[in-house]
Amino acid sequence: MSESQFVMHEGDFLAIQKVIDPLLKNARARGVFVVDRVGQLIRQTGEMGNLDTTSLASLTAGCVAATGGLAQLLGEEEFPTHVHQGERDSLHMTLVGGRGILVVVFDQRSSLGLVRLRARKASTQLATIFEAIKKKCEAEGPGNGKTFADISDDEIDNLFSD
Amino acid sequence: MSFINYAAREINCKIVYYGPGLCGKTTNLQYVYARTNPDLKGKMISLATETERTLFFDFLPLALGEIRGFKARFHLYTVPGQVFYDASRKLILKGVDGAVFVADSQEERMEANIESLENLQTNLIEHGLELGKIPWVMQYNKRDLPNITPIEEMRRQLNPTGVPEFEACATTGEGVFETLKATAKGVLSDLRKVGA
Repeated sequence: MSESQFVMHEGDFLAIQKVIDPLLKNARARGVFVVDRVGQLIRQTGEMGNLDTTSLASLTAGCVAATGGLAQLLGEEEFPTHVHQGERDSLHMTLVGGRGILVVVFDQRSSLGLVRLRARKASTQLATIFEAIKKKCEAEGPGNGKTFADISDDEIDNLFSD
Repeated sequence: MSFINYAAREINCKIVYYGPGLCGKTTNLQYVYARTNPDLKGKMISLATETERTLFFDFLPLALGEIRGFKARFHLYTVPGQVFYDASRKLILKGVDGAVFVADSQEERMEANIESLENLQTNLIEHGLELGKIPWVMQYNKRDLPNITPIEEMRRQLNPTGVPEFEACATTGEGVFETLKATAKGVLSDLRKVGA
């Protein structure tokens, strides 16, 4: 495998929450999401009603991947910040290290300048957290936790008994 | 690379459907979507052209049940099959845990199958992966059509290492769930190797 397994525990999520909750308030945002670059939603905060967060995560990763491809075409390593401006809501995306994406959804109660300012600081904090998780995963190596190391064929087959 | 969430007690895995243009990748996902209990599936997203050719990817999130107290969640993706969308295909393979190669059984598509399978190998290498080292399954699709290549010949050309293989007709659903189950099983079995 090119990258190690990504294993996150309760403490990791709490650390992320401690960054995104203040960001939501300070950026006067509607919602803040942390997504991994493969398209999994890691954490979220805010009041976004019944937004389909699984789709948001997948499309965010796709968007960042496509824009990253464009950046490389132009000789840039990547475009670290993306903004999509709508009539009501806007999206601000910041790349977090090599692993995550910080997404801030905001409306007219905030401004791009404010969101950019707050997101920059939060993304630096998140990058530190992601780096620590990555190091922990690498240090523990394959089999950390060992929860699935001895799963049986029967246990797997049971998932498919319809 | 699967994502194990100990807080939510979830395993999240990514399966990518690969294959030449018009081989039936999207049809596979559409059948799975149509026949899955609404409680177990999320919204299916198709980023397609006006003529319904896949432009970037299709995406379908599925929950399969629990294993060791963890919810097993699978994110199914297709790639755009047309040759000129190679940059997009490469991007979609990022973080793949398992793959389905959907081969078009029509005689005139054999060359396209071979080219696409070689393209999959090349693109995996760009992500530091190898086809022989990730779980994958071969699906011989469109077996209902008249002008098809015999299975033995398809196997010889496309599956010499003998990975799990299924004959299918994605429009009627034959072989679709068998293919998905075998791939998901391969991905979960792989967790044993890495322990997670």
